[in-house]
Amino acid sequence: MKKNGYITSSVKLKNHQIFKNDALLFKTEPHISTQDFLKEAYRFLEINYPKFHKMDVLCKLGIIASCVLKEDYPNDTALVFQNASGSEVSDVQHQKNIQDFPSPANFVYTLPNIVMGEISIKHQLHSENAFFIAEEFQPQFIHLYTESLLDQKKASAAMCGWLEANLDDYHVFLNYIEPRGEDIFSAAMLSEKFLR
Amino acid sequence: MSSRKIVVTGMGMLSAIGKNVEENFNALTQSKSGIGEIEFLDTLHRKDFPGGEIKWSNVELADFLDLPKIHYFTRAALLGAYAAKQALQQANLTTDFKQVGFINGTSVGGMDTTEKLYSKFKNKSENFPFIKAQHPGFTTNEIANYLGINGTVSTISTACSSGANAMMMGARLLKQNRLKQVVVGATDCLSKFTLNGFHSLRILSSELCKPFDEYRNGLNLGEAAAYLVIETEEEAQRRGQPILAYLEGYANANDAYHQTASSATGEGSFLAMQNALQEAELLPKQIDYINAHGTATPNNDLSEGIAIQRLFDKIPPISSTKAFTGHTLAAAGAIEAVYSILGLQHQCVFPNLNFKEQMADLKFSPQTTFKEQKVEYVLSNSFGFGGNCSSLIFSKA
Amino acid sequence: MSNLRLQLKEKIIEQLNLEDLSVEDINNEDLLFGDEIGLDSIDALELIVLLEKDYGIKLTDPAQGKEVFESVETMAQFIEKNA
Repeated sequence: MKKNGYITSSVKLKNHQIFKNDALLFKTEPHISTQDFLKEAYRFLEINYPKFHKMDVLCKLGIIASCVLKEDYPNDTALVFQNASGSEVSDVQHQKNIQDFPSPANFVYTLPNIVMGEISIKHQLHSENAFFIAEEFQPQFIHLYTESLLDQKKASAAMCGWLEANLDDYHVFLNYIEPRGEDIFSAAMLSEKFLR
Repeated sequence: MSSRKIVVTGMGMLSAIGKNVEENFNALTQSKSGIGEIEFLDTLHRKDFPGGEIKWSNVELADFLDLPKIHYFTRAALLGAYAAKQALQQANLTTDFKQVGFINGTSVGGMDTTEKLYSKFKNKSENFPFIKAQHPGFTTNEIANYLGINGTVSTISTACSSGANAMMMGARLLKQNRLKQVVVGATDCLSKFTLNGFHSLRILSSELCKPFDEYRNGLNLGEAAAYLVIETEEEAQRRGQPILAYLEGYANANDAYHQTASSATGEGSFLAMQNALQEAELLPKQIDYINAHGTATPNNDLSEGIAIQRLFDKIPPISSTKAFTGHTLAAAGAIEAVYSILGLQHQCVFPNLNFKEQMADLKFSPQTTFKEQKVEYVLSNSFGFGGNCSSLIFSKA
Repeated sequence: MSNLRLQLKEKIIEQLNLEDLSVEDINNEDLLFGDEIGLDSIDALELIVLLEKDYGIKLTDPAQGKEVFESVETMAQFIEKNA
């Protein structure tokens, strides 16, 4: 018998604001740079993880979101992410760097799945990871994939959603899914929360 | 749901050692490596780093595919279309693609095209359609369009485990009864981006790579594409389609150690292998051959070797075939899945070329010669940056 | 403190994004890859780039990096010898 999963926590980062379960948790002036917004959020959340400063924008967004979403994770929490621009911000930076000296650190961040590695390192997750690329957020697909991981007992919980950063903007929407809770995990619920 | 067995009914590939599955098999049996001087990729490093290049130009590939004069295929799309077509033919899927999906892995996608045209975009409007080629999904869509698949089409990008992860995802879609068949695999071409990038990480060897050798000093890059057609056993039987092999188990785990380096204990690879065995309901001793990730970097081979030693009391024949093809990044998991199935079909294991001296930190040496032997189960490893580790297990049909 | 050593600390902090550290936090003899500063293998590669870009010194053998990048002091001595 198939059991439902539940969304027990969600986080959104958009327009220099952080929402946890739809409540505003933190915001900065809208005109500051994304990097400065991320630095202020890092300080506000007292993350205290020096490696944070070495990361690219995508990873910083992922680390901040994962720290807001939950404090502790079971180490078999699966990660199922999607975005449209892959690692575009670092790709463009790499293109600039190779005019003279390519930066090894920057090259590493030209892989979108590095953010899953960084989140796994931060929270010590040895779980299954998948990063999909699509033009728009596909709630049905993300729901289907995440649910099948939980169904097949590949993971006891999952962090899933949209993690987008491009040259102009960013938009993060991540959810924590576990076997017990109130909000039933469904494509419609994901879609509704995404737009909310 | 989990009782639905996943079978392979078609395979297609091309790599530096051959333009189809048969040519690849022949090269593997004859220990013929495809790594040599890079000719087609326009790089300053031709003399510095050998590579596993496919010796067909883009124009030749487009010709083989009968593409119109004006087309927007990247090199990865050309390689991918060529390989995927072979797989569909073998699986006898030629007309009805309504319930066929396509899951494609790639790491660089159309990066090579961007490299060639980036500085020309300003002046040449006829190149504009290629701007989109930078997006890896563009390459996937070109291949899907060429094949005539327009249903479930997706791109996976998890670095060097993309190909293996594409297979896992395809198998899940089948188990959920979403599709009848899925074409799964990956394509990656050589690009300046990866060559220069890996050079900046100092992990390219200027010699032929030596996986699992004490004096290994880095990897050779390669390019390739490979696809499998997978479906449920039921469906293959219904169609009367010969089964080439079973996909028994698969798993993905994160090493959670460092962005690029693998941990000293090989935790991620250990978990991937262990979980794949668990899903296949197999014991380590039942594995007859391991096709290792074995990139020939000091770090990978040590970490993978340690993980294998932790899991296997008695280590089965093991080899990395990367000294044949080079490290083909996203495609590695896909071509090595084909090699694993070839081992099952022909009851043999393939050599780990260029090996001379056992690693001081490991208790085993790889298989160095082509050998015919009983092979029931094969384990294939693919690990990517970001700690992304995947293992697949295939069994004999 | 010699100018070169001070300059190196500034460059290391900037190049490696060591936001939480300032020049005063790094002693000449501190192990860069030990607990004090905590650099990793990617940082080592960045230091190779730094040597080449700012001091015109090419480290051909990455293994050599281990000794050269032990501390700010060893880096400075290496630069003084090879510049």
